[in-house]
Amino acid sequence: MSDTAAQLETFRSETRIWLEANCPAEMREPVRDEDDIYWGGRNAKFKSDAQKSWFEACVAKGYTVPAWPKAYGGAGLDAPKAKILREEMSRIGARPPLSSFGIWMLGPALLHFGTEGQKQRFLNEIARGEIRWCQGYSEPGSGSDLVSMQTYGEDKGDHWVVNGQKIWTSYADEADWIFCLVRTDKSNKYKGITFMLFDMAGGGVTTKPILLISGNSPFCETFMDDVKVPKSYGEDVPAFVGEVNRGWDVAKYLLGHEREMISGAGGGDRNAAIGSAMQRRAAKEGGALDPVLRAEMAQFDVDALAYAAMGEKFLDEIKVGKAHPAQPNMMKYVGTELNKRRHELMMSAGGSTALEWDSEETKGGKQPRDWLRTKANSIEGGTSEVMLNVISKRILELPDS
Amino acid sequence: MPLYHNEDQAMLADSAAQFMSEEGAIAKQLRHWRDRDCKDGFGHGLWKQFGEMGFTGILIDENDGGLGMGHVEAGIVLEQIGRNLTPSPFLTSSVLAATALKHGGTDLKGKYLPGLIAGEHVFAVAIDEGAKHRPERIACKAEKSGNGFKLSGQKNFVVYGASADMLVVAARTSGGDSDTDGITLFAVPRDAPGMTHDSVRLVDSSMATHTKFDSVELDGDAVIGEVDGGREILNAMLDAGRVGSAAEGCGVAGGAFDMTIDYLKQRKQFGRLIGEFQALQHRASHLYSEVEIARAVTIKAQQLLDGGSEKASLMVSVAKAKASKTAGLSVREGVQMHGGIGMTDEYDIGLFMKRDRALQEFLGDEYYHTNRVAELSGY
Repeated sequence: MSDTAAQLETFRSETRIWLEANCPAEMREPVRDEDDIYWGGRNAKFKSDAQKSWFEACVAKGYTVPAWPKAYGGAGLDAPKAKILREEMSRIGARPPLSSFGIWMLGPALLHFGTEGQKQRFLNEIARGEIRWCQGYSEPGSGSDLVSMQTYGEDKGDHWVVNGQKIWTSYADEADWIFCLVRTDKSNKYKGITFMLFDMAGGGVTTKPILLISGNSPFCETFMDDVKVPKSYGEDVPAFVGEVNRGWDVAKYLLGHEREMISGAGGGDRNAAIGSAMQRRAAKEGGALDPVLRAEMAQFDVDALAYAAMGEKFLDEIKVGKAHPAQPNMMKYVGTELNKRRHELMMSAGGSTALEWDSEETKGGKQPRDWLRTKANSIEGGTSEVMLNVISKRILELPDS
Repeated sequence: MPLYHNEDQAMLADSAAQFMSEEGAIAKQLRHWRDRDCKDGFGHGLWKQFGEMGFTGILIDENDGGLGMGHVEAGIVLEQIGRNLTPSPFLTSSVLAATALKHGGTDLKGKYLPGLIAGEHVFAVAIDEGAKHRPERIACKAEKSGNGFKLSGQKNFVVYGASADMLVVAARTSGGDSDTDGITLFAVPRDAPGMTHDSVRLVDSSMATHTKFDSVELDGDAVIGEVDGGREILNAMLDAGRVGSAAEGCGVAGGAFDMTIDYLKQRKQFGRLIGEFQALQHRASHLYSEVEIARAVTIKAQQLLDGGSEKASLMVSVAKAKASKTAGLSVREGVQMHGGIGMTDEYDIGLFMKRDRALQEFLGDEYYHTNRVAELSGY
């Protein structure tokens, strides 16, 4: 039975009261830099007492992962209640108490494919921020063509010995465990990959941050030399998700999930119009937007506002199973291209101030660094070109070449 | 409210789709009347059928004999009109004029609504005065004369003006040409002495007029709403007509898109289906995305307008701009991907290109509405 409107309103007012009591003022300010995000893990440090108390309050309430079942560290909220919590948090500008690839990626995979034992152990660890995970997918020779990956796990009976190299592993240098695609059968391209879980501190794993054009290093190269991965971590806790050699099913499921996430569906600043803010900024210097730039800004705003409506429609349709299963690819394609355009226009509006790379006034060149960061939006999680291929094949059903 | 059709709306969409693809089909309507050089540019028989289907009264209150539905429902009919390029006075009569008459007195409603609902009468709207849509400036004058008014001036792009039984005319009753206030709307009957129509055929085979008013005498009963209080009604008409035209644009975009995708799956060159070529696949997939987004923002704008939201007018312009842009892309890609036969009159894809051009211009093109989005956003 779903809740009545009155019950949902009660939940809303209870949520308001709880947030008022537990979310410190500092945690309602916009995220300014990387330290403002709490990632959890063995080596995690809180930036402030406020960050710590907000995180701990949420863990106790199950609000680091509100929609997960209570048994796995969540609050067991159904979709309408989870939406109310999101709305109420966004109303006061509350920061996420915990960010992690465990929440976004591994968690959904385990909820879908995991054993009860895996869920009990790993989901609770994620919800409590104890273990920080990273994702080992891409390899130097396997980007868009991910399924060609070569990292190999040799079967040694009760364990595998894994050798190979991953790349673009987000925050691998700060992560504790990795969920990793490993080839376990060289004779079968699609049905020869296992989705393994292992501790990166167990020996043989080294990581090397990659310096990006933005000056930041969110991604690493991850090298695996004779890494011993036991097949099981205890009763009903296998070291792999799904079945051995069927990890591609899990990977595909997660890619769809990732595209949905990257698409930024459902609002947020990334979908917002920018023209009026840019005009105000220009007016501060006593000027106005150049007419041609203003025109491009307006065209962008039309596209951004229309895309925001699409995001809303997409979520509404997903909820009732009306959306085409490949629709996240379209959302990802359009959303990331739009975000790149947005940052191009903001750079143009910002003029020479937007070029400053490390001055204090520009918060260490936040704008140009963000601009450069957006260039990866249409590459990571499937390039725009791959998204267009998927739309052609799965939605338009155009013939294969 | 979720951004998809509820059950009743889905049923309406099904019946509108079936009706329009059968009775309103290109061969049966657009080509039929065009090839006979029809002075109306549409079929009165079909308009009567619109009445039998109940489409004509969608936006009219139930108390006044209509269905009392909203812009989502009107948009459902318009999308099908767009897909089938069905020529009809639905947008001018049942959306624009009907919205104006909502603000009229009981007499005006009693005089005009039954004929409209029955699909017997056709209405037109006279707003534009130059070649471009500039409703901010209205110079056509109505001067007090006895108990009534004398109307003088010229209107342009009056779609189906020569076939209309009544024209809703926006005229100035006070102030300067560019003033916001001082506008009055009039219901001008077809036989008003002093009104002349110079009828022209447009690129999409629809008919429009340059209409001249030479001291046309109107009695006070012809006023819709209040004297000098017409701007608000005009704005309501424009919102309704623009979101309707966005819905029709989505139909044009979707119709051209589907036709093009079909063609990519049939046409062979170099021994392969041309739909196998990635250069075309990517363009088709991009177009798919744009069409989906145009539909999403159009239903968003319809819902906001039906809900009386303050944001409705902004979102209406976003929808009109996005639908125009998308329909333009769809017909251009459609003609190009059809290759040589896309240039022939025999194939329908070119008809979509022509219709898109005329529809875009109606009530403001993408540039007008993109600029309006900026202005309403404060820059």
